Amino acid sequence: MAVLLILFPLAMAGLTFATPSNRRRPWLLPLGAAGYLGLVAWAVLGPPGGGPVSAFEGWLLLDALGKVVLGFLSVLFLLCSLYAPGYLALRAERDNRVLCSSLFVGQAMMALVTLAHHLGLMWVAMEATTLASAPSIYFNQSGRSLEATWKYLLIGSVGIALALLGSLFLAYAAVRAGLQSTLLFDQLIEDAPRLSPPWLHAAFALLFIGYGTKMGLAPMHAWKPDAYGEAPGLVGTLLAGGVTSCAFVAILRVYQICRAGAEAEFARELMIVMGILSMAVAAVFMARQRDFKRMLAYSSIEHMGILVLGVGIGGLAIYGALLHLINNGLTKGVLFLSAGNIHRAYGSKLTDHVRGALRRVPLSGGLFLAGFLAITGSPPFGPFVSEFTIVNAAVDSGQFLSGGLFLLLLGVIFIGMGATVLAVVQGTPVDDTPPNGFQDSFATGAPIVLFLALVLLLGLYVPRPLESLLRDAAALLGGRQ
Amino acid sequence: MAQVLDTLVIIALALNFFALGVSRIRSVINAVAAQGIVLGVLPFFVHQEIGVRGVALVVATIAIKGFVIPLFLIHAMREANIQHEVTPFINYMSSLLLGAVGTGLALVFSGTLPLAKEHEGLLLVPASLSTVWVGFLMLTTRKKAIMQVLGYLLLENGIFLFGLLLLEAMPFLVEIGILLDLFTGVFVMGIIIHHISREFASMSTEHLTELKD
Repeated sequence: MAVLLILFPLAMAGLTFATPSNRRRPWLLPLGAAGYLGLVAWAVLGPPGGGPVSAFEGWLLLDALGKVVLGFLSVLFLLCSLYAPGYLALRAERDNRVLCSSLFVGQAMMALVTLAHHLGLMWVAMEATTLASAPSIYFNQSGRSLEATWKYLLIGSVGIALALLGSLFLAYAAVRAGLQSTLLFDQLIEDAPRLSPPWLHAAFALLFIGYGTKMGLAPMHAWKPDAYGEAPGLVGTLLAGGVTSCAFVAILRVYQICRAGAEAEFARELMIVMGILSMAVAAVFMARQRDFKRMLAYSSIEHMGILVLGVGIGGLAIYGALLHLINNGLTKGVLFLSAGNIHRAYGSKLTDHVRGALRRVPLSGGLFLAGFLAITGSPPFGPFVSEFTIVNAAVDSGQFLSGGLFLLLLGVIFIGMGATVLAVVQGTPVDDTPPNGFQDSFATGAPIVLFLALVLLLGLYVPRPLESLLRDAAALLGGRQ
Repeated sequence: MAQVLDTLVIIALALNFFALGVSRIRSVINAVAAQGIVLGVLPFFVHQEIGVRGVALVVATIAIKGFVIPLFLIHAMREANIQHEVTPFINYMSSLLLGAVGTGLALVFSGTLPLAKEHEGLLLVPASLSTVWVGFLMLTTRKKAIMQVLGYLLLENGIFLFGLLLLEAMPFLVEIGILLDLFTGVFVMGIIIHHISREFASMSTEHLTELKD
């Protein structure tokens, strides 16, 4: 079962690659993604016969954290796949063979990250997600996308090389303590109290910086605005919602070991500082941002900051952070896809040229505006609930400074982001970007509406099964039940 | 045993400096390839028994780091028709100096590390840190995309050196996975280099400065 969760998307990737028709190929995406969602649902809700979903003597194991993230990833992938045929039909002149198959490979590797209970294997999978997503960023084959892909590849690979060194340090912490060296996650948790503290300390720092680079936390975020700015909206969604969430899972795994090994204080302080820093950097660069796709990248940096900040605050905030992972990913779907539509309708992504989106593409413009309200934490959308949970936990546990800065930065970002978003949607279209025939359509609109519907649903009510899964996952990380 | 090991590690270190000090790209590729081969045989001298899987790993490492990747990079270099890195951000003398300082610091720092008894006094740890440092240096101070890739390879070699202390922690499949990732990574980078040289008629990353805030 666990192996199937990885082999199925890989097989779909092979099938997609072998399909000759450029027109029919994109339809394999929703087909495969729907099948995959079914498979994941089966694994998450418990396959018949009971017992945990695992393979290879504990190397792969679907625990509560894995269930939350893998379940979310498969929903995200399905909704993005629904958007793909409509989008790729508009780009019929481009060969989409590599794009479509690398999306499936990326999904397989993301699933492997969530399943892996061996830190070496997890590293291999994480690096593979970088490599699988690089060709998609280069889809537009322009000089600009070339630059973005190069930075993404190089910074991502170097960052993740540091994570490998960190993993080795972790294994060495066991050697130094006279234990059998291992990178098996469950063994490390068991050994954690006896691991050599200085090596564990150094390992966490390196792993946090390494996987933090993949997550796009400031100040390791240099690749992010370029990659998100140049990639198609569809790819941007999968990067901002999927790949970054996987890197977060990797950090959480290491945090679990630190917690078991009495290094939790150091880890938490580091996460609070980096979380606040990421939000601050995002706030600075979002103000007066003229490129609305780059603005979304800074928003992603902000929300990655919120995720680690939530874990750093601890207690109920861990539940909030995990819920926020889902809320952020889904809302990014609304934003990136509608921004992609607006970009297409104007042939520009600068606010100098793009005005009056509500008039020219009313659906996409409206969704972009709604997405902005959702991501900045306005009720009644999902992010409001998760961010409120984090603030609540901060205040409850007396961490007024973190909670206060969090609220302050949210406010600053609301204003900065709002200026750009309102410039895009309001007013009347300017003359230098005449209509080019792109209009809102069912194929490019409906998937975004579905994204928004889920964001709204999570704002009004968190379904019982999801809530209990989130609680179980938070409990693994020391969150209060 | 220990003497052969130290000799090999010193050769690997010397190759770092060679790679750091020359402008001819072909020479740097050769240096990195030679280092890959030296690293490949090291497991024989670090561990008493490495078994069949260990031998397979040695063969795979030498094949990928010593031959496949270098040959691929030579191919990429020929296609882009670029032979030299003319003007790095930091000149060659200063690069060498920084490399030497970094290596010295790595030696001093390793002495203070809380190593396990059996690893005290081994050259592997300082060599690993110094190679990582040289890799970083090359990555950040060279303009040609291919030189940055070579810097990344040195960085990975440095990590590999540390990994030699931990043969049991990294099972065979994971090691192969890491090599595969490395190869695929360089392969994808090679493709991007090809596109860069086609787009800008040059392989220099100086042209990649359009995206900024």
